[in-house]
Amino acid sequence: MPLLDEVSQVLQRMGTDSAVLTDRRVAHVVATGLDLVSQREIPGVAIRSERKADGLAAQITVTRDARIENPIHLCMGVLHDTGRQSIQLQVRLEQDSKAKIVAHCFFPRAQNVEHIMDAAIEIESGAELGYAEGHYHGPFGGVSVLPTARVRVHPHGRYVSDFSLTSGRVGKLQIDYAVEVNADAIAELNAKIFGRGDDDIRIREEVVLSGAKARSLIRTRVALEGRARAEVTGITEGNAEGARGHVDCMEIVRDHAFAQAIPIVRVTHPLAKVTHEAAIGSIDQKQLETLMAHGLTPEQAVETVVAGLLR
Amino acid sequence: MHLLEIKNLSFQIGGKTIFDGLNLALEPREIHALIGTNGSGKSSLAYLILGCEEYAPTSGEILFEGNSISALKLHERARLGITLSWQEPARLEGLSVMDYLRLGNRYADSAAFLCKVGLAPERYLQRNIDKTLSGGQRKRIELASVLALRPKLALLDEPDSGIDLLSIGEIAEVIHSFKDVGASLLLITHREEMVRIADRASQLCGGKIVLTATPAEVAEHYKSRRCTVCDGKECHHASPG
Repeated sequence: MPLLDEVSQVLQRMGTDSAVLTDRRVAHVVATGLDLVSQREIPGVAIRSERKADGLAAQITVTRDARIENPIHLCMGVLHDTGRQSIQLQVRLEQDSKAKIVAHCFFPRAQNVEHIMDAAIEIESGAELGYAEGHYHGPFGGVSVLPTARVRVHPHGRYVSDFSLTSGRVGKLQIDYAVEVNADAIAELNAKIFGRGDDDIRIREEVVLSGAKARSLIRTRVALEGRARAEVTGITEGNAEGARGHVDCMEIVRDHAFAQAIPIVRVTHPLAKVTHEAAIGSIDQKQLETLMAHGLTPEQAVETVVAGLLR
Repeated sequence: MHLLEIKNLSFQIGGKTIFDGLNLALEPREIHALIGTNGSGKSSLAYLILGCEEYAPTSGEILFEGNSISALKLHERARLGITLSWQEPARLEGLSVMDYLRLGNRYADSAAFLCKVGLAPERYLQRNIDKTLSGGQRKRIELASVLALRPKLALLDEPDSGIDLLSIGEIAEVIHSFKDVGASLLLITHREEMVRIADRASQLCGGKIVLTATPAEVAEHYKSRRCTVCDGKECHHASPG
């Protein structure tokens, strides 16, 4: 079966209409392993990609003032049980442009797979980027996902990212994101992850509010069961007048799982303010009893609380 | 046959006796007020009827429609038609008001039940029942969710507390809408004016029901502090609930 058809099937299983890959109004890049399978540019979205010795490199540029109506789809993953994928991604949103990128990352059969993503994202003044990354993992936990991103949000820019890995086994996940937020700009980083078995989750997200009235939110939700482990480090630094940041981490732990949250807040300007909240623990008994008083079984009540947390 | 019958109930927790030979009966479609001072055990009685964790009778029996429910788990009691509107309802992240109102009754007309508690559906149905709601909003949604379940027996724990700007008349209207869905109510309160909404009332003190009579009689008895066990200000016989 052609690779693009296989990817289309995976997309369908992920709940995405695979027609996005044939729609001429939708920009996309599709890569499996070290193979570049398909790409499409549309007016306002320029894409350059090439295979390098150690992986793939892709550049996506949204041109000045362009408002991209349909999300740009990035489909990346490894279809086989063994493999490696290394991607260097550069995204630039030129001044006053607006776009959304939806990344579909798939590792359905992974038993010994490594996925490395090294992203550099530049959001010029007044531009807005939404970046949603959804993962589709198989049941074996044999995948290492190692994404790194360096993001700069210029004045009056906006960056919102949503990372979701809630079905299948996580395997090993090591997120390392750093975001610089300039004057009057906004950054919001959301992550939702469900760890099972012996999954190993490490998240480090750092936001530096370097411009006046820069604002940020780091919001992390993790549910763990079995012997899964998670360490979540959320760092926010307020370095300018009127900068406001908040770090919010919630982790639910069941069975023999282990969770750790490390919120770090730093302020170097007297008129900046950064706050944090973190809650780790088993599911609140009153939440469960509230749901059971509506007739849900204990198992259904747990599922409802966890699903809500990761929604 | 009584809808609910509590026979000679005793309950101890943490080495302290909360109930000692308590008897109480509710009839079908009856609004029964249970009044008592802070710490008299009103909420504890609701948790015992519902079957919350750590709330199991030390002795005695709880019968629902003539059958003992002591061995049933909380959700099994809920499926029989018993439910609780909590004094301080839990917040649930990621669960919309609409989904919450349809838990246990997926065909419930969520909008209609929100209207009954004074909330505009278009403003609330898509919101989550998380910390972004005020205490009063959450409380009203809790009442709506219990109404939506169409229970046989609803335990309402201080339904008026924390709800601003609702007159006793408006609360009475909400309370009586439970009757419209065929429910009996155990209306837990410490306010005598709430008692007057009920069909019948009981006063709880010292681990026992000290009086069951008309709402006016019980309200007067409670108001005059003629409690047989303590002075009525603060019950000395129980602490939780």
